[in-house]
Amino acid sequence: MTFKYNNVYINETSTITGPYESKGPLSKYFDKSYEDLYFNTKTWELAEVKLIEESVDILLNKIGKTKFDVDVMVSGDLLNQIAATNYAASSLKIPLIGVYSACATSVLGLIIASNMVEAKQVKNAITSTSSHNNTAEKQFRYPVEYGGPKRKTTTFTSTGGASAYLSSDKKGIRVESATLGTVVDLGVTDVYHMGAVMAPAAAKTIYDHLKDTKREIGYYDLILTGDLGIYGKDILKDYIQTEYNLELKNYDDCGTMIYDVTSQPVYAGASGPACAPLVTYSYVFEQMKKNNLKRVLLVATGALMNPTMINNKSSIPSIAHAISLEVE
Amino acid sequence: MEKNKYKNLVNKHTPKENVIYNGLIAFTIGGLMGVLGQALIDIYMYIFNISTSDAAMLMIVTLVFLGCFFTCLGFFDKLVHFARCGLIIPITGFAHAMMSATLEYRKEGLVTGIGANMFKLAGSVIIFGVVSSYLFGLLRLIIMGG
Repeated sequence: MTFKYNNVYINETSTITGPYESKGPLSKYFDKSYEDLYFNTKTWELAEVKLIEESVDILLNKIGKTKFDVDVMVSGDLLNQIAATNYAASSLKIPLIGVYSACATSVLGLIIASNMVEAKQVKNAITSTSSHNNTAEKQFRYPVEYGGPKRKTTTFTSTGGASAYLSSDKKGIRVESATLGTVVDLGVTDVYHMGAVMAPAAAKTIYDHLKDTKREIGYYDLILTGDLGIYGKDILKDYIQTEYNLELKNYDDCGTMIYDVTSQPVYAGASGPACAPLVTYSYVFEQMKKNNLKRVLLVATGALMNPTMINNKSSIPSIAHAISLEVE
Repeated sequence: MEKNKYKNLVNKHTPKENVIYNGLIAFTIGGLMGVLGQALIDIYMYIFNISTSDAAMLMIVTLVFLGCFFTCLGFFDKLVHFARCGLIIPITGFAHAMMSATLEYRKEGLVTGIGANMFKLAGSVIIFGVVSSYLFGLLRLIIMGG
């Protein structure tokens, strides 16, 4: 399913990160970074709540509005019951649509908000996403202080919060169209190889998007996947060529951009719902504003992993949502 | 694409773990841990003038304490990550697994946090340790008569 938009713009964005991201190659593009993973709170979960709250605060400051001016907030994260979103919304008091699509949450939020702005149901909308390395490790993997070895294909959950302000005011980045993803499951059961889990979903969404919009793959200056990591990237290139006969040329993956994968201890690269928007809202939008990039297709990829289902020997389904971003 | 075909495609792009290197590291460090354990036993026997089994128990207590203490200081996970099974299989691995879970859940309360989650990782070590020692004891009784 592809939506076309005539009147939706991402006017402003905000990004806030933890220490690993601020030591990475994109550090100068972020609005704010913390050196400590607690962010002056008592628990990691509260730290993640703060990521959303503060990214919205920074965003509102940038556009000179108050939270009372915002019609709706579409937000999601990785915690059980999207706790970070719910607790942040409890203090922000902006009407909330809570969404979950694992690491594809950011683009799902943008699509819902864009649809509402385009249909003039709301004047404006904020979308937010967060992830925190320690809360994700605690919930999905092992205790943080446990040092058991990890495989090379493991990805490292990025810590950060990212928010975007959308309205029909003609400034910033234009949201041109978007494609909702379909859930794909090719039988991968390896929770330490999420790139392999998500690559087929990304390929399907890219193919569907190009088919629906009747475009060639060269139409985009950059196709950007969310968090496939260095091995997932290779798998996607090979899979999309074999299955859909498409050659990915102007292509990169946010998971391999936010960290220096050769020198930082991040294995195959970054993951987490915050990974795609952190890279897109900072570095990629900067390039678009400088006109180095004109048309970007952001394909956020999410592994819809449930630990109980994995223990019951089920494979991991995945989804990818795509959004086409342009500058005139 | 069929699942099997995709599996082959994934395998083509998945890096191989360096089994020989990892094995050598684990073998060396695990061996050194054995030397350390034996040295502790000898030292305790010499200092306190106690039997081998009493000294062995003191050695275990010492290594568990060190495993827990270094985990609390925050650098033991890096050592374990490097040494792999060299530090995981000895009693230090048990201490590390227990302590890391304890640290993780201390904010969730004494009973609902630490009490309920302390053995989250190490619990299966205890269960299968007890079960397997029982089975081996039984085997020994059958084969060697006690």
